[in-house]
Amino acid sequence: MSDKKKPVTIATVWLDGCSGCHMSFLDLDERLVEIAPLIEMVYSPVVDSKEIPKGTDVGIIEGAISNEDDRAKALKMRAACGFLISLGDCAVTGNVPSMRNVFDQKECFDRSYHENAQLQPMDPTVCVPPLLDKVLPVHQVVDVDLYVPGCPPPADAIYYVLSELLAGRQPDPLLLTRFGK
Amino acid sequence: MARQKLPPTQTLTMKIDDVDVTAKPGQTIKDVARDHDIIIPGLCYLDGLSIWGGCRLCLVEVEGMNKLLASCSTEVAEGMVVHTDSPKLRAYRKVVIEMLFAERNHVCSVCVSNGGCELQDMAVELGVDHVHLPYMDPDVNLDSSNDRFRLDHNRCIMCTRCVRVCGEIEGAFTKGIGGRGIDVRIINDLNMPWGESQTCTSCGKCVHVCPTGALVEKGTAAAEMDKRRAFLPYLTIMREAQR
Amino acid sequence: MTPEELIQIAEERRGQQAAVGKRINVCAAASCMSRHSDKIAEEMSSHAESLGDKAEGVEVRCVGCMGLCSAGPLVEVDHPADEAAGNDAPKTMYRGVSMDDADRIVEAAAGGTTVEQLVQPTDIPYFSRQKRIVTENSGYIDPESIEDYIAADGYSGLVTALTEMSPNDVLHEVTISGLRGRGGGGFPTGLKWSTVAKTDADKKYVVCNADEGDPGAFMDRAVLESDPHRIIEGMTIAGYAVGASKAYIYVRAEYPLAIARLKKAIRQAQKYELLGTNLCDTPFNFEIELRLGAGAFVCGEETALIASIEGRRGVPRPRPPFPASYGLYGKPTLINNVETLATIPWIVRNGGDALASIGTAKSKGTKVFALAGKIVNNGLIEVPMGISLREIVYDIGDGIPDGGTFKAVQTGGPSGGCVPGNLLDMPVDYESLQEAGTIMGSGGMIIMDEASNMVDVARFFMEFCKDESCGKCTPCRVGTAQMLDLLEKLCAKSATEKDLELLKELCDVVKACSLCGLGQTAPNPVLSTLRYFEDEYMGSLVGGVSGDGRPVPDVETKAGAPDRIER
Repeated sequence: MSDKKKPVTIATVWLDGCSGCHMSFLDLDERLVEIAPLIEMVYSPVVDSKEIPKGTDVGIIEGAISNEDDRAKALKMRAACGFLISLGDCAVTGNVPSMRNVFDQKECFDRSYHENAQLQPMDPTVCVPPLLDKVLPVHQVVDVDLYVPGCPPPADAIYYVLSELLAGRQPDPLLLTRFGK
Repeated sequence: MARQKLPPTQTLTMKIDDVDVTAKPGQTIKDVARDHDIIIPGLCYLDGLSIWGGCRLCLVEVEGMNKLLASCSTEVAEGMVVHTDSPKLRAYRKVVIEMLFAERNHVCSVCVSNGGCELQDMAVELGVDHVHLPYMDPDVNLDSSNDRFRLDHNRCIMCTRCVRVCGEIEGAFTKGIGGRGIDVRIINDLNMPWGESQTCTSCGKCVHVCPTGALVEKGTAAAEMDKRRAFLPYLTIMREAQR
Repeated sequence: MTPEELIQIAEERRGQQAAVGKRINVCAAASCMSRHSDKIAEEMSSHAESLGDKAEGVEVRCVGCMGLCSAGPLVEVDHPADEAAGNDAPKTMYRGVSMDDADRIVEAAAGGTTVEQLVQPTDIPYFSRQKRIVTENSGYIDPESIEDYIAADGYSGLVTALTEMSPNDVLHEVTISGLRGRGGGGFPTGLKWSTVAKTDADKKYVVCNADEGDPGAFMDRAVLESDPHRIIEGMTIAGYAVGASKAYIYVRAEYPLAIARLKKAIRQAQKYELLGTNLCDTPFNFEIELRLGAGAFVCGEETALIASIEGRRGVPRPRPPFPASYGLYGKPTLINNVETLATIPWIVRNGGDALASIGTAKSKGTKVFALAGKIVNNGLIEVPMGISLREIVYDIGDGIPDGGTFKAVQTGGPSGGCVPGNLLDMPVDYESLQEAGTIMGSGGMIIMDEASNMVDVARFFMEFCKDESCGKCTPCRVGTAQMLDLLEKLCAKSATEKDLELLKELCDVVKACSLCGLGQTAPNPVLSTLRYFEDEYMGSLVGGVSGDGRPVPDVETKAGAPDRIER
C-alpha cells in the first residue's frame, strides 16, 4: 500500500440551522479517527479556512436558506463541489427556520427586535444579510445530489453515508434516518 | 322449461403482481392483496372504517383499464390482472406523498407525533427523502379549545379518518369537512371551536385513528404522542358479532 | 292522457294559433331578459291594447332563445294565420330592440310594415347552416305553455312510447340512434340505458344533470328556459325504458329562470297527467322532483351529484361501482345531461335511424354549442356533428370582430383544450376533438384572437379548477394549487425552465391519479396549450423569447370573458 489514495476533500457549511448536524457529525466519535486519513476537511465551521477551494470533492450543507448570505454560500458550494449533500431537516425541508414562512418579514422583525427586545428595540441594519421572503430548502436554490434528512441525522447515518461514498457506492440514507429523526 | 339458475360463484381467481390468487366476490383489491401478503400503501384507509378513496396512494394498475384504480374501493373480478408496484406507480405515489408534505406545515422535528406518524413512515417506505415541490407554507391555525385534545391543521392530510370514526363508530358526528379544494379543513360541528362542541363526547377515537400529529392529546411534547390504532378493528368486529 | 286527448289539445292550440294574424315573439330567455326583454314585451302588449282596433289581430308573446344572443334582445314578427292558409308570410326578426323601439315595432306589425333599422337578416349562414333538433322549439314556442309544446308535437313521443312501444323498443331506438352523452363524456346513451334497464332492483332512478358549470357554456340553460317540457318528456321516456318511477332534475341555483320554468312545466305536466300515476292508462308511474345545486362545479360529476341529491357533501366517490348499478340511495340510476335527454323525444318521434343519418360514423346527430369570446355572432347554435370548426367560426360565427385574427378555439371548458388555427378544417366530432387534444365537452366554445395570451388562458382555467376542486383527493387538491402557482409565475415571467418541467410533471400526476373527472382533466388546458403554443410558454420564462421571436401577448386581456357587449 505504498501509493496511498489521495484523500477525499470535503467542505461543510452551516447555514440557517442550529449546528446540530455538525454536532452529530462530531458524534462519530472514534469513528472520526477511522475516517480521518481518508478525508481532508478543506472548509468548514470546524476548520480555519476562508475560501471553499475549487474542485472540492464533496460539499455538505447544513441549514436552510434564509438570507442572502445563505444563498450566496449555497451557490459557492455548488460551484466548488462535485457532489453536494443536503444534511439534516433544515437543509432538506426548511424545518424550524421555515416556520417563519407563514408570517411576513415585518411581523418577524417586530417580534424579534421590538417586542422581545429589552434594550434599544430596533431593526438591525448593518452587517446583517437581508432576509429572503421565504426560507427555502437547499434544493430550491441549487441542485443537490444526496439528501440526508433527520433532525439531526444520527451519527450512524452520517457515518454510513460517508463510508458508502468513500467506498464508491450510492448510499440510501432512508435506511437509517428520515424527516424528524 | 326455464333453465335453472346456477348458484353464484363462490370464489374467483385473479393475478396480483404475477401471483395467481383466489378471492371472494365482493372483496376489494387491497383486501385480496393483503390476504396474500402484498401490502399496498395507503393513508386514508383504515380497517373498521368506511372507504374514502381520497389519498390516492393505493392506486393500482389493472390490465385492460385505461385508468389507475384505487385498490381500497375497487372490487375484484374474475380474471383481473393487477399490478401494485410498477415503477410508474412508485413515482406517482412519491409525488402524492410530497404533495401532502408540501401542502401544509409538517415540521416533523417539533411534531408531537414525530416517530409515530404514518405519513413519515410512508415517506420512508416510498423513498421520499426530500420534497421537490415548492412548500406552500399556508397560514393555518390550530384548535386547542378542547380540554383534552388538540386539532392542529398544520399536520392534517385530510384523510378524514376522524370524520368517519366520529360518525360511524362513536355516532357523534362532531367532526366534519368544511371548505373545499386547498382550503378544505376538518371542522367541529358547524365550524366552531372544538371546546364549544355540544356533540363531542371526548372519546378520543379521532385522536387515535389520526395518522399524523393533526389530532393529539394535550400535554404531549415533541415525539411523545403514541397512537393506538389497533382498537378499531376489534371494536368493529365485536359490534358486528353483537348484531 | 290518451293519444286522442293529446291530439285534441294539439289541434285546439294550433287552431288558436292559426287565428292570430300578426304575432310578435319576444325572446324571454336569460340573455335577452338581462336586457329587459320581458319589460319590452309588456310594453308591446299594453301598446297594442292602447292602439285598439288599429292593432287588431296583433298578439305579443314570450318565446325561448332565438340563439343570436349578442344581437339581443331579439324580437320576431310572424303571421300564423297566413302561414296556416298557405299564404306567403315572411317573418321579420329585429335585433337589439330597446324599450324605445317597442311601440314602433307594434305599430309596424299592425300596419304590415317593418322597422328597417332594426331588421336582423335571417338569410345568413348563422341561421341557414344550423340543424335544429334539441332546439327545434326554441324561439318558436312559449316555454311556459304546455299547450304550445303539445301543438309542436310535444309529448307525442312519450304517448307513443307508452301506448305503442315496449321499453325494449325504446331502448332499441335510442341504441340505433347512435346518441352519445352530451355532457362531455360521450358515452353511448343506449348502452347506459340498457345497463340500468338490465339491473334488477326494486327501485331505480333517472337523474337529469342540469348543473351546467363550464365557463362560457350556456346550452343547457337555454334548453331549460326555452323548452322545459322537452326535458320532462325525455326523462319520462327514459324512466319508462329503464324501469324507473322517480326522477330528479339537479339544476344549479344560479339558473333561477330555468328553475321557475321547470317548476311550472312539472305542474302543467302533472295537471295533464303526463306525470304521475298510471300514465296513459298503463301501469307506468313517474314523478319528477327538482333539486337545486348550491354552486359547486364538482356536483356536475355524477357521483358528487348523487351525494348532493342525497343531502350529503357533494364530493365524488371512486368508480366503479358506476351509478348505473349503484347510484342514488344505492339504487341503479340513469344520469343523463340535459341535451341528451332533450334529444330523446325527437328520436322516439322520428326513429333512431333518423338521428343516425345525421353526423359522422361515430358521432351521430347534432350538438348545441355556446359561441362566446372574440366572435361576431355570440350565442347558441345547433349544428350537425362533423361540421368543420372553420364553418362554425367563420360562417356561422361570422369571424372575429374588429378585424382581429383567429388564434384558437377553446372547447370543453376546464376539462378541454385549445384548437389552433391550422386545425380549423377539422370536423367537430368526439374522436377528432380528442385527437386534437381537447374534448367535445358540454358545448362551450370560446374563440380567442391574437391578443390572447395562451399561458394566461391555461392559468384562467387552472384557477377555476383549483377553486372548484372539492379537496377530497390529494392530487387534485394540492396539484391544482401547485400548478396554478407555477402558471402565475409564468404569467409574471418569473418562472424558470425547472418550473416548466415541474408543471409538466404535475400535469401527468394530477391527470393519472385524481379521483374524478375534475382532477383527471384539470391539466388538459395546460397540456393542450403546451402542445400548440409551447413557444408562448418558453417566451414566458425568465429572459425567454418565443420560438419565432413574436412577442408573447400581455396577460392583461382576461381570456374567455367577452369584454365587449355588442351594440
